[in-house]
Amino acid sequence: MSLSTLSSQLSTAATASSAAAAAASPDSFLERAPLELRDWAVNLLPTPVQWLAHHLITIVCILAVFGLFFAFTTIAERKLLARLQNRLGPNRSGLPKLSILPWHFKHTLFGLSQPFADAIKAITKEDIVPAAADKLLHFLAPVIVVAFSLMTFAVLPFGRNIIPVELDAALLYFFAAGAATELAIFMAGWSSRNKYSLLAAMRALAQLISYELPLILSVVPIVLVTSTLSTKAIVLAQSGWTFGFLPHWFVFTPWGFAGFIIFLIAALAESNRSPFDLPEAESELVAGHLTEYSGFKYALFFMAEYFGLTALSGLGVTLFLGGWQAPLPFLEFIPSYLWFMGKLICMIVFFIWVRGTLLRLRIDQLTRLAWQFLVPLALLNIANAAFWVLTTQWSLPLQFVRWGVSAAIVVIPFIMMGRALSASYAPRSYRYAP
Amino acid sequence: MIPALFLIALLMLGSAAAAMLLRNLIHSALLLIVSWAGVAAFYLWAGAEFVAFAQILVYVGAISMVVLFAVLLTRQNQIIDTVIEPASRARAATAFTVAACVAAVFSAAILSTKFHPAAPEAPTASVKEIGLTLMNEHGGALLIVGLILTVALLGATILAATDRDEDQSQPSDAALPPKETP
Repeated sequence: MSLSTLSSQLSTAATASSAAAAAASPDSFLERAPLELRDWAVNLLPTPVQWLAHHLITIVCILAVFGLFFAFTTIAERKLLARLQNRLGPNRSGLPKLSILPWHFKHTLFGLSQPFADAIKAITKEDIVPAAADKLLHFLAPVIVVAFSLMTFAVLPFGRNIIPVELDAALLYFFAAGAATELAIFMAGWSSRNKYSLLAAMRALAQLISYELPLILSVVPIVLVTSTLSTKAIVLAQSGWTFGFLPHWFVFTPWGFAGFIIFLIAALAESNRSPFDLPEAESELVAGHLTEYSGFKYALFFMAEYFGLTALSGLGVTLFLGGWQAPLPFLEFIPSYLWFMGKLICMIVFFIWVRGTLLRLRIDQLTRLAWQFLVPLALLNIANAAFWVLTTQWSLPLQFVRWGVSAAIVVIPFIMMGRALSASYAPRSYRYAP
Repeated sequence: MIPALFLIALLMLGSAAAAMLLRNLIHSALLLIVSWAGVAAFYLWAGAEFVAFAQILVYVGAISMVVLFAVLLTRQNQIIDTVIEPASRARAATAFTVAACVAAVFSAAILSTKFHPAAPEAPTASVKEIGLTLMNEHGGALLIVGLILTVALLGATILAATDRDEDQSQPSDAALPPKETP
């Protein structure tokens, strides 16, 4: 099967499934609106270019939605962090006075146009490339990092019928696309021809490699339970309610909760967020592997970091928080894509909250946390999920035993390992000069 | 179909050839990674999604890091620009001997394999079936491959590392000061 037939098959599969869903399920108009709009736009064009238009519209939608999402994530982060630190945050940028207009809209818009001002600043800044730098790799690194972090969005199911590419091995694709960002970081550090850049790049790589293991291991239980790698099937496996109000999201099972916590920590580290922002700790290093980058290239790295964070949050929502499913049955009238975006925004706000609250780790603490704590716990969690799958058929009284055993498998090692590992380090005692 | 295959082959072989010809070790390593990505593109062309993504995850994501770390951490001269010295006759002879041996082993293996005529319709295997086959039928092979990879990694480290006296005199980073008592 060639690439073209593969893609055409995928698109036909997507349209067929959407058509079937539109015909069979009681989808509201709002649920179908984005797809109908796309099909209407595609049908305006002649038949030979329809498949191309179909894919281009998807790509442009992802770029536009998540480009704007990135812009407003930055302003939300600055404002929320400012509030956490008892400041106001950016609140001055309104609309510029255009000389051709006779009037000026003077409201500052609560500073919400700040990201656009930042973007114009980044574009107009001088782009400095060190004289000794490897020019090609120095240029390619930001391009690769943005391209691959955008590619991860392709397999996230944003709504009941909205999934850009439906793959059988979607989860594997997600992590494969994310793997290239490590290469880009190495390229950035090495091509700058700066010892500190190179050292920082190696540090960043050590961190990313350490945390990729718990990240992937925390996802394996989901695959074990649903026995599929397709993100769409994983979301569908979380549908339904017990007693009409308890959603079947994986985060509400013992193994799912443990997996979600491990996933959150690893996602924080993978996207270089505080408390794991050692690669470019601004108060300790200049800018890590980005020291020799300036202007728009720096902004591209920044953008890729937020895209990576958003994609990982989207994956977390898809795998653990029920994806586009509503939490309660009577809330299903709200379109599924709004639920997805709402959960995504909650995850991002949580990450911002964590950034404003926790202190940065040292590099030895960082790697110790990954290898001595998260990886063994994640491995235990896989065994836990296997136990969960084997005991699906147990009767009702035994279900309580099943929940108890499953919770014990994660909680007891968590407490024991935590005590054993922190025995020689915590609680810390400080001695001050008399 | 066929033009795409030629493009992928050109990408794979071209980057592999460039990796051999370039003098800069890091450039060679990066081009080698491009070649591995080309292999993944070939799997995708052949309709083996799972293998293609696994190839990218393992080779472009993990093995590439091992290669780059090995190149940067084991060089004796700590100059960033690691340039290979010009080829000598002995080196060329060794390279050709090794290449000939590998080619002989591969061609013997390929020639001795009996290829059954493929079914006209490509079999569609779901991820679940692939997983069951890997873990049931070929579980032993999977474990052996993992073992071989570990041994290869250890061997490479031993080959590249040289014992130096000043290394042993330095205190290890892992040793932290004992807990202070107030």
